[in-house]
Amino acid sequence: MKALKPPRVTDTTLRDGSHAMRHQFTREQVRAIVSALDEAGVPVIEVTHGDGLGGSSIQYGFSGTSELDLIEEAAKAAKRAKIAALLLPGIGTRKELAAAIERGIKVVRIATQCTEADISEQHFGMAKELGLETVGFLMMAHMRPPEFLAEQAALMESYGADCVYIVDSAGAMLPDDVRRRVAALKERLSIQVGFHAHNNLGLAIGNTLAAIEEGADQVDGCLRGLGAGAGNAPTELIAAVLDKMGLNPGLDVFKLMDAAEYIVAPIMPYQPIPDRDAITIGYAGVYSTFLLHARHIAAEFGLDPREILVELGRRQAVAGQEDWILDVALDIVRAKRAAEGAGDAREPAAVERPAD
Amino acid sequence: MYKLLRNPGHMELAMFAGIDPQSEGIARAKKLGIPTSYEGIKGILDDPDIRIVFDATSAKAHVRHAKMLREAGKIAIDLTPAARGPYVVPPVNLGAHLDKDNVNLITCGGQATIPLVYAVSRVVPVRYAEIVSTVASRSAGPGTRQNIDEFTFTTAHGLEAIGGAEHGKAIIILNPAEPPIIMRNTVYVIPATEEYDEAAIVASVDQMVAEVQQYVPGYRLKDAPVFDRRRTPWGERTVIAMLLEVEGAGDFLPPYSGNLDIMTAAAWRVGELFAQHLLGIRQEVAA
Repeated sequence: MKALKPPRVTDTTLRDGSHAMRHQFTREQVRAIVSALDEAGVPVIEVTHGDGLGGSSIQYGFSGTSELDLIEEAAKAAKRAKIAALLLPGIGTRKELAAAIERGIKVVRIATQCTEADISEQHFGMAKELGLETVGFLMMAHMRPPEFLAEQAALMESYGADCVYIVDSAGAMLPDDVRRRVAALKERLSIQVGFHAHNNLGLAIGNTLAAIEEGADQVDGCLRGLGAGAGNAPTELIAAVLDKMGLNPGLDVFKLMDAAEYIVAPIMPYQPIPDRDAITIGYAGVYSTFLLHARHIAAEFGLDPREILVELGRRQAVAGQEDWILDVALDIVRAKRAAEGAGDAREPAAVERPAD
Repeated sequence: MYKLLRNPGHMELAMFAGIDPQSEGIARAKKLGIPTSYEGIKGILDDPDIRIVFDATSAKAHVRHAKMLREAGKIAIDLTPAARGPYVVPPVNLGAHLDKDNVNLITCGGQATIPLVYAVSRVVPVRYAEIVSTVASRSAGPGTRQNIDEFTFTTAHGLEAIGGAEHGKAIIILNPAEPPIIMRNTVYVIPATEEYDEAAIVASVDQMVAEVQQYVPGYRLKDAPVFDRRRTPWGERTVIAMLLEVEGAGDFLPPYSGNLDIMTAAAWRVGELFAQHLLGIRQEVAA
């Protein structure tokens, strides 16, 4: 057994949790959550629209309060913790990054589909130039083998990443998948390696431990697991488990339990769990954020979210492709009409439907 | 090049210029009997018979070329993001710019989606237009990858300036699926008012699709526009969603790279309308 060291824990309740909150976090909620996390010793707190800077859109859902205002609120509330923002090149740009820096972020996490690391060069370049700490995110990392991911991670390292994460965006990995991927990056890179879990197959905590056992330097959590799909590894649970392993990086376990119970749980619209649709996401290997969008569209067209999600997996949909949900739903409706011999293939789209 | 050979219209392909004598493009052009030059822009400037130049180099190079071509009295059709001349989308606003000596083709996503936003905005004012372009990883070259922010800036600006939206937003996604996916675009439009005739919008969109199909045969809507209620910054509003597919003609590039095809097809279309204009031919299609 290798000598293990305590990992750095980043809390992303206020970013990944933004999906479950339909991007409606308020300034007051941000202030309360950041203060509690800061008090409990969490060193990095991510605050952004769920799909990163500039994510407020029809495609992903509009923010109730501007993410820049939330970032500013977070930066004011944090005494010790650094505030981080997520950026997905193709959605957000250097323009939004510059604005977020002005409002107080000290860390930027730059995320690409795990095959497309080379679209992040200009963003890493700008972040390093402006003195930020930088983290690379290889999303949907279950879709490619460890050696391939190591190549992509090396690109991010060459652009200036201080750490690269294996991101299990679909919550589709088994512990051995995590081990092999983290090990490949540890072997290849001279910078830190991180892991971000989703709980769609009920493995978020187990996979996070597998990553730590392979030497992951950074891991992510959300209070109460508040995140996309079945949510993430709960921060309070990571803290409790690390403490029992003798690897507590300085987190106050009881304070995190209290924050989860008394601050986050009361504002959650629902407790993310591996229910039927979320398990489907992990099983089919699709992006966790598709959950609520697929339910919305399925309800409108009288379809089962599962048939939409499975088809999205078959089509190899990647991070950010929420528009394909409508596309797949229309295709399924058309196929069903054709099977029933109901004629005009263009008809379903023209049908008026009530609001959700 | 292949589009010009297959259908020269009122143009004649007089030269294929590059900077690398060993390049595949030069070799292919030579084999097809097209005069070539590997001295870059010089070969073109030296030939007084050349009137129209398609520049598919880089934004940086085009800034230099634009000045030289202007001084030589040639018309530049700019396929780079340099934007020295006005943006053009053939079925929307080219007619207004046939007197210019330099026009810019925005981006592939812009050429695909701006006609649809314009089709809505000519029926009802558009408060907000958002597009998502999804292209196969294999058809996104190093230029696009290293300058992905410029794609979103330029396309968003085009949605406003040419599409007629008060505010535009563009998202680009690269999809690595194998076999590669055909270029897909989703266009979302929020009209400024809820008082409009849905049938008139559908008719306007259908007409626009038919116009673009004249020069991009693989341009098609997957379904009729969808009118969906969504939560927006302006309250709960009807969002018009249009799902567009662009299949390449397969002249040279594989059919999945509709993003590249729509740029070259638009360039051909622009060149043809300029050629007709120079020859004093009345426009075949109101542009």
